[in-house]
Amino acid sequence: MTCAIRMMGGQVMALVKSEELPVRIEQDVVMARQAVRRLSVELKFSLVDQTKMVTAASELARNTVVYGGGGTMRCEVLIDGGKSGLRLTFEDQGPGIPDMSLAMKDGWTSGGGMGMGLSGAKRLVNDFEIVSEVGKGTRVTITRWK
Amino acid sequence: MDRIPILRMGEFLLVSIQVDMHDQLAMTLQDDLTSMIERTGARGVLIDISALEMVDSFIGRMIANISGMSRILDAHTVVVGMQPAVAITLVELGLSLPGVKMALNIEKGMAYLRAQRAAEEGDGPNDLRYSDDGGAGYGTRQE
Repeated sequence: MTCAIRMMGGQVMALVKSEELPVRIEQDVVMARQAVRRLSVELKFSLVDQTKMVTAASELARNTVVYGGGGTMRCEVLIDGGKSGLRLTFEDQGPGIPDMSLAMKDGWTSGGGMGMGLSGAKRLVNDFEIVSEVGKGTRVTITRWK
Repeated sequence: MDRIPILRMGEFLLVSIQVDMHDQLAMTLQDDLTSMIERTGARGVLIDISALEMVDSFIGRMIANISGMSRILDAHTVVVGMQPAVAITLVELGLSLPGVKMALNIEKGMAYLRAQRAAEEGDGPNDLRYSDDGGAGYGTRQE
């Protein structure tokens, strides 16, 4: 656990708490969901917001395992001015995403899913950022503010 | 290996999902249920998800699969007890689960299954609502 104050875009954003979890096997997806639930409860998110964040985390953690070949999830509790938020970063060193606009499309899947993972997760959060490089890996960052 | 229990009550099968399922557990439930329908000749499946705090696209797909597969095996499926926060999230995620029958609680779910059975029993060969399997071909079926 670390505590830090960071300057972001000229604004002071405080990083209150940071945890990192391995996301390598299927059971880790369940652990990731539970960690996000616990932090969302600590942040006093509404039940709907908790559920949205946990569901988004589940989709992205599964992507990390299935498509990224395993990686990590970093959870950060942020305080920005008066509001608090939860930021999750999923990172893998997998094959990367060759066609980002295709991957972000509803209903498109390269695996056995429903193709709702990335596009669906994006709709469940306030901020969504994805960086992927073929052959290097993928990093998805989502934030939900209270 | 852990499994989700399937209870048999007359011609119906009952499942209550009480744990945070990992993907393999969901797949196992799907397989167990379809083979149980085949083995017991069950005509209805009730799945209680009131304890589920989250349904993501994988679990959603499992629910849709069970519903579709059981229909092919001549059984109806009803999913009961979805929490409101889960329902809101599912729709925003982009899953509306078309073709899956939902009911508010177990009582309403059981009433639905019984009504489906009563309709099938009562109308018999004249029931053309399921014309793909219950209509014209009915007379040639070997009973």
